[in-house]
Amino acid sequence: MPLRRTSPARPRLPLLALLGLALAALAPALRGGEAMAVIPAGAYRPIARATTDPEIVPVTAFRLDVLPVTNGEFLAFVTAHPQWRRSRVSPLFADETYLAHWAGDLDPGPSAALDAPVVHVSWFAARAYARSLDKRLPALAEWELAAAAGYDTPSGRDEPAFTRDLYAWLSAPTADPLPSVGAFRPDFHGVRALHGLVWEWVDDFDTAMVTGESRADAARDQNLFCGGAAASATDPGDYSAFMRQALRSSLKARQGTASLGFRCAADLPLPPSAP
Amino acid sequence: MNTKRPTARLAGLFLAALAAVSAASASEVPSAIAGRVQLPADVAALPVEQAILTAPPLVPPPITRRTPARVVVNLEVKEVVARIADGTDYTFWTYGGTVPGSFIRIRAGDVVEFHLNNHPSSKLPHNIDLHAVTGPGGGAASTFTAPGHSSQFTFKALNPGLYVYHCATAPVPMHIGNGMYGLILVEPEEGLPPADKEYYVMQGDFYANGAFAGGGLQTFDTPKSIDERPTYVLFNGAVGSLVGDKALTAEVGQSVRLFFGVGGPNLVSSFHVIGEIFDKVWLEGGSRLAQENVQTTLVPAGGSTIVDFKVNVPGTYVLVDHSLSRAFNKGAIGMLKVAGPEDRVIYSGKEVDAVYFGSSAEEGSAAAKRQAELENKIKAEIKSNPTIAGLTKEMQIEKGKQVYMQNCFACHLPTGEGMAGVFPPLAKSDFLLADRERAIRVVLKGMSGPITVNGHPYNGVMPPQGEVLTVEQVADVLTYVTNSWGNSADAFTADEIRKVKGE
Repeated sequence: MPLRRTSPARPRLPLLALLGLALAALAPALRGGEAMAVIPAGAYRPIARATTDPEIVPVTAFRLDVLPVTNGEFLAFVTAHPQWRRSRVSPLFADETYLAHWAGDLDPGPSAALDAPVVHVSWFAARAYARSLDKRLPALAEWELAAAAGYDTPSGRDEPAFTRDLYAWLSAPTADPLPSVGAFRPDFHGVRALHGLVWEWVDDFDTAMVTGESRADAARDQNLFCGGAAASATDPGDYSAFMRQALRSSLKARQGTASLGFRCAADLPLPPSAP
Repeated sequence: MNTKRPTARLAGLFLAALAAVSAASASEVPSAIAGRVQLPADVAALPVEQAILTAPPLVPPPITRRTPARVVVNLEVKEVVARIADGTDYTFWTYGGTVPGSFIRIRAGDVVEFHLNNHPSSKLPHNIDLHAVTGPGGGAASTFTAPGHSSQFTFKALNPGLYVYHCATAPVPMHIGNGMYGLILVEPEEGLPPADKEYYVMQGDFYANGAFAGGGLQTFDTPKSIDERPTYVLFNGAVGSLVGDKALTAEVGQSVRLFFGVGGPNLVSSFHVIGEIFDKVWLEGGSRLAQENVQTTLVPAGGSTIVDFKVNVPGTYVLVDHSLSRAFNKGAIGMLKVAGPEDRVIYSGKEVDAVYFGSSAEEGSAAAKRQAELENKIKAEIKSNPTIAGLTKEMQIEKGKQVYMQNCFACHLPTGEGMAGVFPPLAKSDFLLADRERAIRVVLKGMSGPITVNGHPYNGVMPPQGEVLTVEQVADVLTYVTNSWGNSADAFTADEIRKVKGE
């Protein structure tokens, strides 16, 4: 990315807008065909569910970005879509922390390297970004299915090296500044940095079953009899899943945090229509 | 799942914005906001004060006011890397940057405006369940806070006592296991009795992905936590947190109060201070003084106790969980150093260090043989050395004098002169000095009937002492009387006494 520049006086300079549009057009090409990985069809077992929820959520095959969205890519997006710039975004769609660590509207600055994941983005902004590329955010079940993969197998829970790396990251404070997205080992599906870099928005994040009072979550369904944290959990030993659910539950769609980014998903291409 | 695919990018954005508006209301569900409470006039009129929060082992000063107040508490959640043991760091999650978290002190009847601030660098959402709160979750749902956000709720402190607070976000054992707990004291309206020193100590069990003091940076180990196999059991979050120059201190004569809690997540504590007795225990942190003179008090996980004791003697007193592998191998050690003057009546310190063989060394055992060898060697040494032999006689005389002054002097008098016509004299007594065996026999077995001593007749009764005195004491007292008041004779030996006793 050649575009480290000093902050422009006004972002509506025609030249800059053109540059942004060019970047926006370039971005999908940069990501290219191999920038998305195919996640085969599978099933997701929700960590906590009400008795009326299905025990298994089937997931059809889909495509998932190999890497989380970077500051550089998000810069291209806000350049092309001025309504998502920090100074212009509607307070309905982003709170005052939106891109707060950037130096300027179109200048990520020293604390947001172009190849580091973009954070402090709202769910609305992440969704708009995905749509701008004809993509979407992954569903919770899709993200969890992909993230269950280890380095060498579809189930990382059985790989000691994978679980060690996973919990080391889960326990550590957020890195500042965040490292490049490129430094991560590809997983079984060829996807990188699903764990170990930032949390990621999912499309249906607000269906998470965790309330602030985790031990009372079971009470959200009156069919359950006990208020213990794990009463409605299918696997109370999977602490990493609880942590992601807790984080999702704590969020609102216009918020972002210093450790929350996103990546995009897409349906598999339809089979070519008959001639 | 979103599968729609807008044909035009701009249109897509517009649709996204519309969809977003509808999603916004749905996303309010997880942590509903009730709005600020409208305080009634009498509560709103209460004086407002900012709570003083202290890091362990310090405690905020006692509350002196005797009327309620509105107390504002600002507690920050921060995830920090800190030392857990020599050369070993751990990623702690904290209230206020310390483990345990800041100590909060309020008074029963206070209305508390509680702010929980989750630092922007936090990776996770957190909340707080204060056991002092009456209401669902103890404030947990009301304080569920994303990183970089702040929550506020209000509660009234209805019940006095010492209460644990902790994080209740799933997975709870991990949040508590990383250090998210502390104590809040709700003083009774009349206050607690005064104490010279107050300290704050909490025990917690830690599950690290490495060995005890294994070096490097350690983090939480889920399987160990689920199996309840802690790597560390610690007072105040680190090995040695209350040791050396960080030890608690007091002066002789002061009363010491410990506010002690157990965060868990899993273990209970058999809390004990080595060398002290708790004069008073507010069992389980309740408001009534429940017990006095306690050696070890049991503190549940998520529970507390208040103990008071006066320190009388200088020295180092060690705080332990008396489930001692935790103290010896996992770090559950703290120290209280007491300075001041000795009181050797209450505690003398070591008075004597002597070789001890054991009186019941088995016959033929190595220990018995060694003992016999040594005794023979000592005897030979004494025989061959007249100085020591003489010294032995002097010691016997000295010891015999003590026996005499307890058992004999009442009749024979301290001067050995006896009482004319009633109790015969020992001083310069021809009867005594004429026959050693007879002298021994009289002491052991007593005597009655007429005798003549130094030309004067006596007809009294001498009670037997054989069951009262040991053979050594008989030998000593005879050596004394035959070498005092102008008398002179060889020392009596225990063997001589035994020979007569065995007749």
